[in-house]
Amino acid sequence: MIQLQHLSKTYEGSAETAHHALRDVDLAIADGDVFGIIGASGAGKSTLVRCINLLERPTGGRILIDGRDVTDLSGKQLLELRSSIGMIFQNFSLFQQRTVLRNVTFPLELRHEKKEPREKRARELLELVGLGDLADRYPSQLSGGQQQRVAIARALANNPAIMLCDEATSALDTRSTVSILKLLADINRDLGVTMVVITHSLAVAQKVCNRIAVIDGGRIVEEGLTAEVFANPQSPVTRELIENDSLSGDLAAWKEPEPSEGNRLDDPATGSLELVDAPGNPAVRLDRQGR
Amino acid sequence: MDFLMQFFDAYGLLLAQGTWDTIVMTGVSTLFAYVIGVPLGVALIVTGPNGLKPHRVLNAVLGWIVNIGRSIPFIILLVALIPFTRWIVGTSLGVPGAIVPLVVASAPFVGRMVEQSLAEVDGGLVEAAQSFGASVWQIVTKVFLKESLPSLIRGVSITFITLFGYSAMAGTVGAGGLGDIAIRYGYQRYQDDVMIAAVILCIVLVQVFQSAGDIAARKVDKR
Repeated sequence: MIQLQHLSKTYEGSAETAHHALRDVDLAIADGDVFGIIGASGAGKSTLVRCINLLERPTGGRILIDGRDVTDLSGKQLLELRSSIGMIFQNFSLFQQRTVLRNVTFPLELRHEKKEPREKRARELLELVGLGDLADRYPSQLSGGQQQRVAIARALANNPAIMLCDEATSALDTRSTVSILKLLADINRDLGVTMVVITHSLAVAQKVCNRIAVIDGGRIVEEGLTAEVFANPQSPVTRELIENDSLSGDLAAWKEPEPSEGNRLDDPATGSLELVDAPGNPAVRLDRQGR
Repeated sequence: MDFLMQFFDAYGLLLAQGTWDTIVMTGVSTLFAYVIGVPLGVALIVTGPNGLKPHRVLNAVLGWIVNIGRSIPFIILLVALIPFTRWIVGTSLGVPGAIVPLVVASAPFVGRMVEQSLAEVDGGLVEAAQSFGASVWQIVTKVFLKESLPSLIRGVSITFITLFGYSAMAGTVGAGGLGDIAIRYGYQRYQDDVMIAAVILCIVLVQVFQSAGDIAARKVDKR
């Protein structure tokens, strides 16, 4: 359970130039939710999600994770909190000078885990995201969709209960977007990871989120079950977002391609995704205790 | 042909010794310049306005030290440092006597170059590392230094070649090396042939080190 209470963030400046990125934000994100936070650029989405793992320090209010107030954590406790929350980014943020495998082992290296168990764990995670055979490549040799899969595997390395997704599909084409969203949904369902999904795209939110909050000018203007918000938007901001969302059509019309040979060629990951669902597949056994 | 044979008989050993002295002087100075310059560059980045641990005063003081170090002409530094050099290595002459001023002159330069290389590291990577709970030390070693390695290696060849040029000036205080030979034989005794041979050796060495640096940088770069 993530609770944000009266959260605010003001960037210092003079009275006129001070920027209120967040104003009195109240949100409760339940365990197992895929919680979407949507809004235009500059609305405060990124600041909000960065407050959850304290990459940004709120200037007011509290953050509670599983009932524990984490707002003022520092030092070792802060680093421990961060390592218990996975995060993925719009531009993937993979280490260019490390192999795929060593990108995934990175969070484990930070905790001084021994080489053998951490590489074993990383290989399992790469299987889970469908990239088992690309462990020794470098990020520059992968497609955008594949890079985001590596980033997802890396974010899962520490068995997080929470995963923050900051515009995770915004740099991807429609096809890769669909496959990444499906992977995130699978991880949420199979591993029970709570997801906080930041996006400017309503289509993305509609596809994966069970609840959404709409943010505008640093304030939450609407919050509720995804289906209800879309069916009956209360706020003018939400209505405008729905009208302007050009991607909606694209994504809504998108059908999972038949798994033919041709489809697998451009993104090998798409085909192997099915492994995750296969009963008795070792990848599925990567539950929280399964390390 | 005879001329070349005679020339090498007379000066071969001298030029070989000079080449060796230059390589040792430049190599050892580059090494020590990095021993000081890498922590300096890291400190400049970490304490900078957008750094991991911003510290205005420390950053300004380090910046001043670097700028002062870089603004003193090397030839002045060379002479001014003589007492310090004696104190550190026991002599102000020869190869050891040249290494001290070379290190003092180049460490601030290396500090700036390292800072520049680290500044090129994508801020998103630093943020990602932070999101996984990396400490400042881990971010420095596992992200900054690792991700900027190709750029750091290019910096090493620039430093090496700059020090190579400086080492010729150190010849004026009896440091030895190819620069010393070129000055003593060519400038002071009008023996153009020796001077030209020394200059050709300098050109060859610079080319070799530049190429080696380029190859090494390309080899480690996985982008």
